[in-house]
Amino acid sequence: MKISAIITLKKDVLDPQGKVIHQTLEDMNFKNVNEVRQGKYFEIDVNENDPKKAKEIVENMCEKLLANLVIENYKIIEIQ
Amino acid sequence: MKSSVITFPGSNCDRDMDVALKKFGFKNKMIWHNDNELPKSDLVVLPGGFSYGDYLRCGSVASKSKIMQSVINFAKSGGLVMGICNGFQILVETGLVPGVLLRNKYLEFICKNVFVKLDNKDNPYFKNLEKDIFELHIAHNEGNYFCTEDQLKEIKDNNQVAIYYCNNDGKIEEEFNPNGSIKNIAGILNKEKNVLGMMPHPERMIDSCLSGEDGSLFFKNLLNNIK
Repeated sequence: MKISAIITLKKDVLDPQGKVIHQTLEDMNFKNVNEVRQGKYFEIDVNENDPKKAKEIVENMCEKLLANLVIENYKIIEIQ
Repeated sequence: MKSSVITFPGSNCDRDMDVALKKFGFKNKMIWHNDNELPKSDLVVLPGGFSYGDYLRCGSVASKSKIMQSVINFAKSGGLVMGICNGFQILVETGLVPGVLLRNKYLEFICKNVFVKLDNKDNPYFKNLEKDIFELHIAHNEGNYFCTEDQLKEIKDNNQVAIYYCNNDGKIEEEFNPNGSIKNIAGILNKEKNVLGMMPHPERMIDSCLSGEDGSLFFKNLLNNIK
């Protein structure tokens, strides 16, 4: 079962990479950007057929390794 | 006095640390990250470098390596554990010291000498040091110390700031902050003061012909404090 998770920086955490991307977009004439925040995306194929259990396994992975909860939030976005 | 330096895949300051510790009288052993047990040690050092290529987040993979459980147990039983640069990043990922190290504010890899000021000497690392301001070297891409407001309050209340970035007169101001660290923090202790994480490299300042001697003062004093 494939689970997708995204990790994003919490609201108050400075994201200098996002700022540079924002600036570059503006320089390229994309004038409608309010803010850019950069994050991470994971696709994890778990050997588990029960969607609920598979989701729990990936949530556990996010808490223990994939995200640093001091600065990041995680979200399971897709279960296939 | 016995010390152990842990080598992770991608560590590159491990041998410098070995040279520094031995120069000032430690009997040092190099320990591989995949070992299970630490040898009997008075000090464990997590060295600088780019463990696991900085994949995922700097220090995150190394913090889960086999030897780290033993290092964590050693720290929790009161043993001295010092993390320099990437070692500091590994320490924050284990949760032994609070906070995280983000990408430098201006997205540059910074490699230069800086001045740091000791905040308090009531710990085994800085006790008895006569100087307050040290010139040390930094070389990092992710040294921008960050923590939540609650954590910052706790860190201040417990006197856990080890060192601040400053100028040569000891002025702690934003203009002397190389990487955007919150409150100019360059190093942090745990609550019990036996675990120290810092971005600057004392092991790069142990020879006046090459760089400077402020690291020598630190190591000599550390050895005396442990004796």
